[in-house]
Parts: sequence; structure tokens; C-alpha cells
Amino acid sequence: MKPLEVPTMEMENKEVLRRIEVGGDMLLNMGPQHPSTHGVINFLVQTDGEVMKRAIPEVGYLHRSIEKIGERCTYNGFMPYTDRVDYIAAMFANQGWAMAVERLLGVQVPKYAEYCRIIACELNRISSHLISVGTMSMDIGAVTPFPYALREREFINDLLEELCGARLTYNYMRIGGVAFELPSGYVEKVGTFLDHFEKILDEFNRLITYNEIFIKRLAKLAPIPAQMAIDYCLVGPNLRASGVNFDVRKQVPYSIYPELHFDVPVGRGEVGVTGDSWDRFWCRVEEMRQSCRILRQCLAQIPADAQIMGKVPRKIKLAEGQEAYSRIESARGDLQYYVVAGPGENAHRVKIRTGSFTAMGIIDALSRGLMIADLVALIASLDVVAPEIDR
Amino acid sequence: MANNYQGDFGSVITSRTSFIDEIINLARKSSIFYLLFGLACCGIELMQTGGPRADIDRFGSVPRATPRQSDLMIVAGTLTYKMAERCRLLYEQMAEPKYVISMGSCASCGGLFQYAYSVCKGVDKLVPVDIYVPGCPPRPEALTEGLMRVQDKIIRERWFSDRQKVGQPKPSLGVDYQV
Amino acid sequence: MTFEEIREKLAAKFGERIGALAPANKDSWLVVPAADIVEICRFMKDELAFDCLMNLSAIDWPKRNQIEVVYHLWSYSKLHSFILKVQLDRAKPEVASVEPVWKAADWLEREQYDLLGVNFTGHPDLRRIMMPDDWVGHPLLKDYKEQASWHNISTTRENSLEAYVRLDEFLKKAAEKKEQPS
Repeated sequence: MKPLEVPTMEMENKEVLRRIEVGGDMLLNMGPQHPSTHGVINFLVQTDGEVMKRAIPEVGYLHRSIEKIGERCTYNGFMPYTDRVDYIAAMFANQGWAMAVERLLGVQVPKYAEYCRIIACELNRISSHLISVGTMSMDIGAVTPFPYALREREFINDLLEELCGARLTYNYMRIGGVAFELPSGYVEKVGTFLDHFEKILDEFNRLITYNEIFIKRLAKLAPIPAQMAIDYCLVGPNLRASGVNFDVRKQVPYSIYPELHFDVPVGRGEVGVTGDSWDRFWCRVEEMRQSCRILRQCLAQIPADAQIMGKVPRKIKLAEGQEAYSRIESARGDLQYYVVAGPGENAHRVKIRTGSFTAMGIIDALSRGLMIADLVALIASLDVVAPEIDR
Repeated sequence: MANNYQGDFGSVITSRTSFIDEIINLARKSSIFYLLFGLACCGIELMQTGGPRADIDRFGSVPRATPRQSDLMIVAGTLTYKMAERCRLLYEQMAEPKYVISMGSCASCGGLFQYAYSVCKGVDKLVPVDIYVPGCPPRPEALTEGLMRVQDKIIRERWFSDRQKVGQPKPSLGVDYQV
Repeated sequence: MTFEEIREKLAAKFGERIGALAPANKDSWLVVPAADIVEICRFMKDELAFDCLMNLSAIDWPKRNQIEVVYHLWSYSKLHSFILKVQLDRAKPEVASVEPVWKAADWLEREQYDLLGVNFTGHPDLRRIMMPDDWVGHPLLKDYKEQASWHNISTTRENSLEAYVRLDEFLKKAAEKKEQPS
């Protein structure tokens, strides 16, 4: 690949950021309040008409200092804050924190609690992917799939509300297990929902995924080769769409995933190039189908005893300096928690590495020569959300 | 607190001008366009409120992306200092008469981020807020009720007489932002 | 490869500069000198197939007077991980940037510079990322004091009860002024 001929970063940033006219180009702000950037993210776009020269992302508009608050809270008390790290897929963030602290304590989670966790997480994965594909279609211009996605998401919200009481920020998991057991009749309700939803997925595919205009718009747009994806540390569906067959649930398994059978969709370049935006969209739609499969197996195999918590001390106090690292496959990829225990009841340092943060680094490199409407499609296909970037 | 304007029908009979007020305000309250200012988690519930089940389009409210075309700004989510100046700028770009709903606890008072160094403790430090909707995040039904309270405020405004003129500066709880 | 084997390969190449693996609480790590970090990382990427920098974090230890920078590495081809640590002086934390080795380090290092003040020399674009550009101080340090206001927005919120009392008195005075014959 021919190397891009650009001046050095420092020189270029100084020009782009300080002056308005750089050789006749416009410098526009796309965001932070914008209907299409997924959350409050700003892009400084240096553009010559419709074709961009550079798009520099600027983040930090939703930096809520969750990591600093982690140094003040007790381990149990930090759980609601992990919801806000990624509010669209909050169950995964909860589980990552619970797993990290359980690793520090050496606590075993009972089987029933693990099944509850996986059921909650996979329902949340479907819900998160629905938002992702719905908003992506809306950004491209197809407004109809968005209410379809929201309508299905309302059913999942009802199910999760029955489980833990909240529609969006669940605070369902606890260190050592979960907070509530499955309500009576829940298994049948989820089964009914799955029967209904799998038909909707086929309808969705007919409506938008294989739609001719949609394919023309997204095929061959910003293809990310596998080596570049690994170098920039892209994770999740973004990485799998580029052809890398890696899923934390399969390669670094945790919880009860070794007992479940499911496939991992890997991008093949079906309508364009491997790793283009359509592949990333398709990966998410297929992951929803696999989540349905996982859910059906969980509902069939769930144990009968309702033991929701393992043996955890009432006050969690740890020696200073112990560390733990946990990785889970969130809806947006590899969500990692790095916890350093402090003396007493709170942590010394909490670092959360999210998939969206590293995905922002690649936008600058990919955006040269794209049009502004293509930038919108690229951001949507990478499925970045502002809270994951800024925490 | 009279939260339906049936009580005000008495004034329809006694005064001609308030009849015109009612008609004007009926038209205004049935087409409140709100600015899509979804910042954080409450933004998702804002989307769901405009979505298929709890549909505020039946009240005539549609989302607008630009402040120039909107009457209502729903501040949904946590406001950080970096975003605060943009929030004030957007508020000033809206045309009078304009209303602000502060949705969720983060926008009302800083929410659960009281110990955060980068969170502005309440959007009413910057803009005068009409309605505070509590919740974390508030259910779509709660936000719909907040919208209906804004409608009640609108229907009580008077264009021709002295009671509560439209567009008068409202005393607010905490505006301390010096422009 | 286990941690021991990786450490042996590193010791074979770099000799005495590599210490011992830290006693394992859960995962063991390796402390390396700050001056050699780029060389070691390049060796790990080229020879030991660590093609991904999973995580880069900085930890503030005021009692030891150190700031630690922790690198978590991962290999997609061999599926093994490793942890490297670099210990820096707290008064002037400086280390070479590993951005030439892994592009992911670009944004990860900018974040640690912004929040803890670690200076990554050789980084192409080291500026603040989370906080506003004119913010003073590095927030995640243990002795960080919040400033009283930023751009005329105060950082504290008055008690709502006192605010309501103040509002009541304001409205009462406004009503009295109206009633008085002017």
C-alpha cells in the first residue's frame, strides 16, 4: 500500500486547529450536538467542499470521571457507575466489574447465577445491536428500520424490567452473583419473545440489510484490513468484520460459555471488500441471531436450584497492591477492567478499556478522501458510543 | 394547583382577549418542537419516548436537530464543563419564546456524579429551567408528563393582559453563569 | 507460552536489564527499566508475536513516590498475554512513547498524559483529550484539588433548601415592589 503523503502531525494540527482557511479549505465542526454522531463527539473536519482532507475526532464531552469515583466507592457501591460506562449494553459492564473483583477475592459464582448473567447479557446484546443497526440505517437515510428496532427493543426492555426493575441502567449483578432470581414464568416469556424475534430478523434482512441502495451506499466504504485493525486494537464486531476470527467467548472463555454452542460471524466481503462498512453491519445482525441461539440453550439448561450469590464477605477489604484483569465480550467488543486494590474498602485504581475508545483512533487515518456523508456512515458502522470513549 | 385549563374556561366568558390567548396557546402547545440534546443515558430514553410505544409525536412534538427551529430544549443527560459552553450557545440560538426541560437527575443537580471533577452540577447553572423531570433515567411516561406540564405552562400564558406575560425572564434556582 | 517462558526469552535477549517476575497475586508482571521500553516492546511485537497493545494505564503511588505505567499485551496468533510495568519518578514522570510500535498507543497515551501527567516523549500529538484544553492540573493524581470555578461556572452547588428560601425572598420583594405606589 502506498504510504500517505501527509506532513507531520504537529505541523498539521497547528495549521488545522489554529487557522480557519488552510489553502482554501473549510474547517467545520461536526458536533458535539449532532443527530448523527453517536453521542457527544466532535469532529474537526477540514474539507474542500464535500470531500474531506482530514477528520480529527475530539472527545471528552461526556467525561464523567468514573475512574476517579472508583477510587472513592466501595467495590459493591461502584456497580451503578459501571452501568453508565456503556449504558446501551450495561449488563456487560456490570459483569466485567463483578468478574474482576471476584478474581481478586477468589469467589466462585454459583451455576444458576451464571445462567442468569448470561441470559441478561445476551438479551442486552440483542438490544444493543438493535440500537446500533437502527441508528446506522437512520444515519444513512433509511428512517424506517429505526422504529422497527425501537419497537423490538421495547419488548426486551419489558423483559429486563421484570428481571431487575430498570429499563436502561440495570445494576443487576453483584460481586459474587446476581441480585434477583428469575421471576416465575420468565422462561416461557423469553421463549415467546425469541419465537417472535427470529421472524423479525428475517424481515429486517429483507427490509434493509440486502437492500440494493443500502449495499451501494456501504459496500467498499472504508475497508479496514485485518493487520490495521489489530494494530489499532479494534475489537468486537469491527475486528471480526475485517476477517479476524476472535471472540473472547470462544478463545478466552469465561462463565458458562464453554458449555454453549454458537457460531461467530466473521466478515467475508460478501457484497464488497472484507472489512468494509457493510460487513460490520452484517456482523451485528448475524450476532443477534446467534444470541437467540445462545438464549434458547440457556433457557433449556438452567439449573433448578435458585442460588443467586456465592460466599462473599459482607465488607470487602483487600490488601493494597493486588491486581486483577477481566475481559468480556461486550456488544462493542472486548471490555476490559484493570483493578488495583487499595488498602481498605475501595480500589486504588480502576481502568476500563473499552472498544469504542480505540476505535476512535482509527477514524483519522481512514477519513482521508471520504465525503462527509461517508464519515457519518463510517462512525455508525464502527458503533462508537460516547460514554465508552469518555467514561 | 390547576393543571387542567378547564378552570380557565371561566375567563373565556368574561374576557374576549383571553379567548384569543387560548386559541393561540392551543396551537402553540400542540406543536412543540424539541431540540435533540441527548447527551447520555437519558438520551436513549428520549429516543424511546419518541419511538413507537410512548410516542410524543401524538402530542405534536417532533425532534429537530437545530436550535433555530425548536421551542423546547430537553437537556437529557450529564452536562460536563466541556459541553456546558456549547449548551449555553445552543440555548441562545433558540428563538423566543423557549422552554427548557431538565431531564433526569444528572441534568437537574449533577445526579450520581457529585464527586466528579468534570461534571457541571445541574444545567440550571447555565440556562433557566422550566420543568425538572426526576429519574435515572426517567421512564418515557415520566418524560411525557414533563412535556404535558410544559403544555400547561404554555396554555396559561397571556399575550394581551398583564398576568404572566410571555417571554418575561423567569426567576431560576441557580443561574450563575456570567456571559 | 506461559509467563515464565516469555520472561526467559526476554532475559536471553536483554540480559540483566530484565528483573524477575513479580510474586504472583493473581497475574504476575515484569518490571522493566524505562529507558529500554521501546526496544523491549519492539522485540515482543516482532519475535514473540504480541501484535496488540490491549491496555495502557498509569497508576499513582504517592507513598512510594512513583507513577507506574502498565502495559497489557496480547497476541492474536498465539493467544497469550503479558504484563509489563515501568516505574517512573512521581515529580517528573517521563517515558518514551510506544506509538511507533503499536498505533493503538496513540490515544491510550494521550489519555494517561491528560489524567495523570505522564509525559510520553516522542509522541506525535501529545495534548489533552478528556479535559478541556485549558484545564489546570491532572485530575487522577491522588493529591488533585478541584478548582473553584472554570470559565465562570462554579463547581459546587448550593443546598436546594437554601436556594428555595432565597428564591422565596426574591419573589416576595418583587411582589412588594410592585404593590408600592411608584
